[in-house]
Amino acid sequence: MSVTLVIATREFKSLFLSPLAWSILAVLQGILGYLFLNQVETFTLIQAKLVGMEGAPGLTDIVVTPLFSNAGIILLLVTPLLTMRLICEERRNKTLSLLLSAPISNSDIIIGKYLGTLGLLLVIVALITLMPLFLLMGGELDNGKFFANFLALNLLVAGFSAVGLFMSTVAGHPTVAAIGSIGILLLLWILDWTNSIKDQRSELFEYLSILRHFQAIQSGQINSMDLCYFVLFIATFLLLSIRYLANERFQK
Amino acid sequence: MANLIEVENLSRYYGKYCAVNNISFTLAKGAVVGFLGPNGAGKTTTMQMLSGNLAPSSGLIKINGFDLLNAPLKAKRSLGYLPDIPSLYKDLTVQEFLHYCAQLQGITKQAIYPIIDKTVERCSLQTVSKRLIANLSKGFQQRVGIAQAILHNPEVIILDEPTVGLDPIQIKEIRALIKELGKDHGIILSTHILPEVQETCSHVQIINNGKIILNESIFELNRTMTQDCLQVITRSPVDNTILLSIPYVTRIEEIAHNRHNIHYSMKGNPTHQIAETIIAKGWGLEEMTPIKKSMEDIFLALTQVES
Repeated sequence: MSVTLVIATREFKSLFLSPLAWSILAVLQGILGYLFLNQVETFTLIQAKLVGMEGAPGLTDIVVTPLFSNAGIILLLVTPLLTMRLICEERRNKTLSLLLSAPISNSDIIIGKYLGTLGLLLVIVALITLMPLFLLMGGELDNGKFFANFLALNLLVAGFSAVGLFMSTVAGHPTVAAIGSIGILLLLWILDWTNSIKDQRSELFEYLSILRHFQAIQSGQINSMDLCYFVLFIATFLLLSIRYLANERFQK
Repeated sequence: MANLIEVENLSRYYGKYCAVNNISFTLAKGAVVGFLGPNGAGKTTTMQMLSGNLAPSSGLIKINGFDLLNAPLKAKRSLGYLPDIPSLYKDLTVQEFLHYCAQLQGITKQAIYPIIDKTVERCSLQTVSKRLIANLSKGFQQRVGIAQAILHNPEVIILDEPTVGLDPIQIKEIRALIKELGKDHGIILSTHILPEVQETCSHVQIINNGKIILNESIFELNRTMTQDCLQVITRSPVDNTILLSIPYVTRIEEIAHNRHNIHYSMKGNPTHQIAETIIAKGWGLEEMTPIKKSMEDIFLALTQVES
């Protein structure tokens, strides 16, 4: 277990040695800050109308939920960029043999790498979460819903990075890994869209869609089924990565 | 004494191409085995299999008594490996890199810094220990790779072409280091530099087309080289029958006009008598050069017979 943490720490620190992590943090924060201010602006404009309405959406619904939804979509595009180098670049730089000849198991390598990247993604989520927290200075948030949004986004990035890690294990080139994982994630994201056509509902597609489970948790209903979906999702891709890395020795 | 490495009937195929064909050998403590072979002979493939980077198609590898396939973690604990391209994280400093390697090897926190200091000193990396690996010269990078392989004091050290890219002084230092390490470790090193094997190794294994064609100790090898040779240049033609009658001379071959190679058995040394005879007969001795039979000759003879 300790070796897993060693690899995770190394991975986390390495991300900050390249400009990649810094630029992603900066760009994300800039874009999401703009979106956040936009939502706050919208709220102040329609605030007067909302006062008279029965069961009107509150500050959390108008600011927090859209912010986290947008963050989800942007992270769908960004996570593959962070994960693409994980195994792929080690293989290309021939540094993988350092890990393969050390007394550590394949699951140590994969889980360590996973936790390292997840660390950075959690930092990103934390920074996004800070923005609505500032609203507490002048208003009130629905704590339950706010937490649900926070949880949903964390689970989402955990799922994204599992897919990204798997693609990085499979692909021979980092860009291929990035394109592959964006492809898989986007497909899982839009899988649900066929359901908008009536009479063509597919329960399987509905269950597989990430978006559906993400939105379900976001709405404040933390369902064990949605939680299980994410746990299974992450476990599946991590196991596939471990299996694939074990196969590495048999191929070529 | 138990062998540090036991390899039995090891084979590796890439598709239909057979890179390593049914080889078996052992490595004892205190032995330095030189793995010799032309390009594409299967040296690196064998080393990758020994280090657990490549799974064999068939066969058994035991390191320090542990099966590499069934108990990989225990086996790898006693293994230090320098790949043909050193595995270095170029964006770390030497110190950081070695620290990471030590952690991967499971060295305890208290022990890490003394071990790193000792290794840095052994590989003479003191001057560069705080610099980024990416900015180091090829020779220094190679030495960082070697440092990584010997860091955790493993019983078995596998070095794939350890002296590539080093300058002559560094080569000398590394060879001395290998010799010193060889005293209480088992070392396998691959190379195609033949004098290196003669200088540093206690055993030699020549591999060609995936098969081991020679496996002997350097001492045995030198003993089997019973023939020695003198090149003689004279002014006028020599009479072969007279020279052949000198004791120990076995064969004379003419390689050019008035230039002969005189082969003799190493049981005795007829050089003095040959010189006296030539002078006495008035053939006009101009030059006499001993020709050392080197590893090159054996290597070429063996590999050419095979192919």
